[in-house]
Amino acid sequence: MISFIISLRENILIALRALAQNKMRAILTTLGIVIGVLTVVSVASIISGLNTGFASQISALGSNTLYVHKYPWIIQDDFFKYRNRPDITMKDAEYLKEHSRLAEAISAASGTFRDIKYRNNSLTGIGVSGVTMETEIIEGFSIADGRYFTQIEIDHNKASVVIGNEIKEKLFNHKNPLGERIKVGDFSYTVIGVMEKRGSLLGHNLDSEVYVPLGTIFKNFGFHRSIRILIKVPSPEMIEQVIDEIHFLMRVSRKLKPQEEDNFSINQQEMLTNMYKQLTNGLYTAAFGIGALSLIVGGIGIMNIMLVSVAERRKEIGIRKALGAKQRVITFQFIIESIIICSVGGIIAILLSFLMSLVIDKVTPFPSNVPIWSVLMGLGFSSLVGLFFGIYPARRAAKLDPIECLRYE
Amino acid sequence: MQTLINLKDIVKTYQIGTVEVQALRGVDILIHSNEYISIMGPSGSGKSTLMNIIGCLDTPTSGIYELEGELVHTMDDNKLAEVRNRKVGFVFQTFNLLPRATALHNVELPLIYSGISAAKRKVIAEDAIEKVGLTDRMHHRPSELSGGQRQRVAIARALVNNPSLILADEPTGNLDSTTGKEIMAIFDDLHNAGNTIILITHEKIVADHADRIVHILDGHIAEDIQVKNN
Ligand SMILES: Nc1ncnc2c1ncn2[C@@H]1O[C@H](COP(=O)(O)OP(=O)(O)O)[C@@H](O)[C@H]1O
Ligand SMILES: [Mg+2]
Repeated sequence: MISFIISLRENILIALRALAQNKMRAILTTLGIVIGVLTVVSVASIISGLNTGFASQISALGSNTLYVHKYPWIIQDDFFKYRNRPDITMKDAEYLKEHSRLAEAISAASGTFRDIKYRNNSLTGIGVSGVTMETEIIEGFSIADGRYFTQIEIDHNKASVVIGNEIKEKLFNHKNPLGERIKVGDFSYTVIGVMEKRGSLLGHNLDSEVYVPLGTIFKNFGFHRSIRILIKVPSPEMIEQVIDEIHFLMRVSRKLKPQEEDNFSINQQEMLTNMYKQLTNGLYTAAFGIGALSLIVGGIGIMNIMLVSVAERRKEIGIRKALGAKQRVITFQFIIESIIICSVGGIIAILLSFLMSLVIDKVTPFPSNVPIWSVLMGLGFSSLVGLFFGIYPARRAAKLDPIECLRYE
Repeated sequence: MQTLINLKDIVKTYQIGTVEVQALRGVDILIHSNEYISIMGPSGSGKSTLMNIIGCLDTPTSGIYELEGELVHTMDDNKLAEVRNRKVGFVFQTFNLLPRATALHNVELPLIYSGISAAKRKVIAEDAIEKVGLTDRMHHRPSELSGGQRQRVAIARALVNNPSLILADEPTGNLDSTTGKEIMAIFDDLHNAGNTIILITHEKIVADHADRIVHILDGHIAEDIQVKNN
């Protein structure tokens, strides 16, 4: 055991010395390893970054909210199949509100895009959402300044507006917007509240929207638009039950016969999460595939360079054997050398991926961080490659005839 | 006197394709501890082959080789390595030092392979280097040393593990005559200090340092003369 530790230490020193003498060759040989580990670690860090981003992107959807839409969020088959569906109407929303026993809150919402204007400042193509009292509970935002709508404002289709945080900044600068009148399209509205900063949802900026009573949006911008129905589920365990109930009630509301297909979709956050997981799993699989392939190619490169090294260093091997190095010791020496070359490749790759992750984080809109497990895995796999592909050359070195080796010049 | 080496009817045959070359054709030698022997003979007579067998680098095709009572001719590769490490110190014509290691590290090598700890190793190796008078050069690499100095490092390496015998194959072959004399003086000292030395040479002047001269010719022992008594 003592002699094992001594030879481990010795062998690491020998390997490092040999590496220092053939720097360029060693670096070239580790290229395969570097590419392999770099691929896996970078993809892992990109996905890890995306995970953080994605989680914050969809968190506003709320895991306890169901959305009744004309279209499903994820369309796997023919889009045109869904185009002939009837619009979701206020009648559907009222039917659900009246008959649902399980939902905590139900609201209808409808949206359009309009230019908005305050004195000389104007913003184009701003999302205008028609909302109800329940919207505040279901979406779970809070009001920074002023107040949300009252039931009376909703019921009487008042021309009141609650504006997003960014709208306030862009339209009013530092002026207090409460009580001011702004133009939404061609209509005049009174600002009654400003929402707190909410971030964005699936790439669209929730802070650059305005909310008006649902009835007002119909009155000003027309009735014939498909609405969406938002349903708040009391607790996560009840999601399935509530889906069943809503599904049943929607079919009744639409007077569908048992053999007829649904002509509406019930969407939920989980669908997006699942799709995202599928996507990232696909990415992982691809990265591991490329990584594994590069590692194998790199490993063969290492084996090749080790065989060259063994041939070139026959004299050294002969001397060592003559002085009493057993086969095991020579084998060990070359395997350690191979592992070190590969680990150096692994370390280079990890340093590069930290650098890359930093650049991605700074330059692209995606956050990126290198997860620690990918670092450990990168190092582990590169050493394993060194071990595996080092065995054959090392065994060859160990079995060389010392006399032949000593004769070699 | 204690028997160190007992060679009985040693035959070594090399197979080159279909041709068989008989390098040794039945060699018998008995060598005792603390002997100083030269093995002489013309080129191709089998000197190196004999040295490889005595030095446990190779095993005979047939015959019996006993080294301090151990049967070498039956040993496998690993056992031979162990015996070389413990019992044999080699000095080669071309020095055979590791070019990239310092003199000290070269001398330490046999100690590494016998599993001696780094601290102990350094003391022992420095001691051996002192014996060959190279203390001030021990951190130099072989390329920074003269031929004579390199051979001194090799001698220090040969004696560092306290071997039962020191085997030198043409140790002055690559040196000028003055340096050769210095190296031979070291062997004489080592012999006087109690070491067993086997010199392989084709030079009479070198062979004459020994007490006993064995002449080898075509793989046979032609002559085995005790020239001095010690
Ligand atoms: N590995 C070998 N393969 C084939 N023939 C060899 C080998 N080693 C030595 N010989 C032959 O054996 C004979 C003795 O060689 P060697 O012991 O080297 O002689 P010396 O050292 O006295 O010059 C020579 O004929 C040589 O060609
Ligand atoms: Mg020879």
